Amino acid sequence: MSDGAEGHGNLLYGPQPDVAGAAGYPDAPPRMGFFTDTSVCIGCKACEVACKEWNAVPEDGLLLTGMSYDNTQGLGADTWRHVAFIEQRKPLAGQEPGVAHDDVDVFAAASRLGTDVASPGPGATAPPPDRAPGGAPAGEISPVSPDGRTELRWLMASDVCKHCTHAACLDVCPTGSLFRTEFGTVVVQEDICNGCGYCVPACPYGVIDQRKDDGRAWKCTLCYDRLGVGMEPACAKSCPTDSIQFGPLEELRERAQARVAQLHAAGVTDARLYGESPDDGVGGDGAFFLLLDEPEVYGLPPDPVVTTRDLPDMWRHAALAAVSLLALAAGSFVRRQR
Amino acid sequence: MSESDVTRDGVRHARPDREAPTGAHAGRRRRRRGRGRGEQPMVPEAEFSSYYGKPVLNKPTWKPLDIAGYLYLGGLAGASSLLAAGAGVTGRPALGRAAKLGAAGSITLSLAALVHDLGRPARFLNMLRVFKPTSPMSVGSWILSGYVPLALAAAATDVAGRYRLVGSAATAGAAVLGPAVATYTAVLLSDTAVPSWHEGYRQLPFVFAGSAATSAAGLALAAVPSGQAGPARRMAVLGAGLELGAFRVMKLRMGLTAEPFEQGRPRRLLRTAEALTAGGAALALLSARVRDRRLAVAAGAALLTGSAALRFGVFHAGVASAEDPRYTVVPQRERLRARGR
Repeated sequence: MSDGAEGHGNLLYGPQPDVAGAAGYPDAPPRMGFFTDTSVCIGCKACEVACKEWNAVPEDGLLLTGMSYDNTQGLGADTWRHVAFIEQRKPLAGQEPGVAHDDVDVFAAASRLGTDVASPGPGATAPPPDRAPGGAPAGEISPVSPDGRTELRWLMASDVCKHCTHAACLDVCPTGSLFRTEFGTVVVQEDICNGCGYCVPACPYGVIDQRKDDGRAWKCTLCYDRLGVGMEPACAKSCPTDSIQFGPLEELRERAQARVAQLHAAGVTDARLYGESPDDGVGGDGAFFLLLDEPEVYGLPPDPVVTTRDLPDMWRHAALAAVSLLALAAGSFVRRQR
Repeated sequence: MSESDVTRDGVRHARPDREAPTGAHAGRRRRRRGRGRGEQPMVPEAEFSSYYGKPVLNKPTWKPLDIAGYLYLGGLAGASSLLAAGAGVTGRPALGRAAKLGAAGSITLSLAALVHDLGRPARFLNMLRVFKPTSPMSVGSWILSGYVPLALAAAATDVAGRYRLVGSAATAGAAVLGPAVATYTAVLLSDTAVPSWHEGYRQLPFVFAGSAATSAAGLALAAVPSGQAGPARRMAVLGAGLELGAFRVMKLRMGLTAEPFEQGRPRRLLRTAEALTAGGAALALLSARVRDRRLAVAAGAALLTGSAALRFGVFHAGVASAEDPRYTVVPQRERLRARGR
């Protein structure tokens, strides 16, 4: 079968341990994916740029939105990686960056601030030592600033196509343009896409979109071309903090579990994984995330379900409606007694 | 949170007048537009958070005139084929001709709308590369590629007055596929993540079936002398009942996602559709008593317009539900809560 994706035990919903195998690859390599650990994302947007550069994605207009510092806003035909910036009035809850600078005593350095002439004057971010809050023990940062204001925290998260186990975009594509690769990822073939746009409303995550000038649908390919030659995707390669991790999905899931446990132990109880469970509505994502708040805060759906889960039921109802229409028409021709 | 303006002379303006809504406060809390009649809101106002009020879903890129038009014309054609077949069996040549011509004309226009939405005619051929039962659009393309030649042949043989046998076979074939043409479009809309389309998937095919019946009946009423329009009148009444009843049930079952049907442009379109369909059906009944052609034409026009308004209303409501993250987030949150998480 030329498209591979269809006709091989087409399970529409639920866990699917062998995604590539079900799509017709008997000797598939392990399923590859992304684990995006947003707790170490610094919002540099290097992934966005690297993605555009490598995949030759056209620029999608430079505009200042006035919301946060995020002027990309969301995923679309010309944004395959998107870094969300969320400002929150929440204390940092003892997060540790995991980078030790044991040899530098920053508090000693800070205590000298304002005492010598060269130090910054008004507008400096550090309070003078005499006004430090009483409750703060030496050597610890208080989440409350001197004037009692709760500190703001930034959440940064690099979003991407989820490469779902059950991909609605792939299921509804009428041309076979969207297909499952041997790595278990989902890719659009631009020479076959006919621009019907059906995949756009089908995606429960709002990832794929239609490019305005050519009418065809575009999204992240998980750098299929790079994977084929054993390279990692451009975004993961360019990520300076390893917030974007690429590898076999099984391995990433283990790594993610360990990271969540580590964050919980460090007091970041909000840390949670999103999209990693094979039991979720899309059978688990090929790209999953570690989040520090509810998914919807990041613009992600809290409980996405692949729309084709209900497709058999939909066809049943449509068939019943068609029969009703037939009966209705037949009833219209029943001659009344005159 | 930058609170100051750094200028050459120092720091000014302690706090800007705009504050970015953050975290749990970032949800766009919509003010309910006054309904004017002190109506109770359908669902309690839900607290939810979102990413700066940005939609979770990408909204459908379909052009309203093309796709809502395509849905409407497909329904008109499918139900007209049923009228044509019935007319053939019961010996009503004028009704048969009008219905066959109506089916052929509207399905041709419907295909033209689809191709126009794709942008390039050759792109339609890509639809026929594969047959995918998981894609309602693929299934629909194959249904259409069976139906279109039959509907055209039925109309052509009727106009030519020759090849009677071929014509009857084509008419019968078109009548078999007609109901599928009229109802598959409901699956086409439902099989998306768009909340107001997906949640109504159980009743939407019935709404579309009823709407198809009223439009086909409307066309026949407007074009056929009243002596032969009896079945069209009954079809108008039965179709209006099915359409309006199924839509009511659908809205009741949908919960929060029924809200876009009750706001703004979809609300206006759907109220118009309701009034025109009910009014058209009543006029159709009346036209049987008062033998006046003008009454039948008015009934037909009302039914045709009402059915079109329904498709456009449903289309726009879906787009509105995709644009507001509330309709995506709140029901999913509820679902999670119900599962006990």
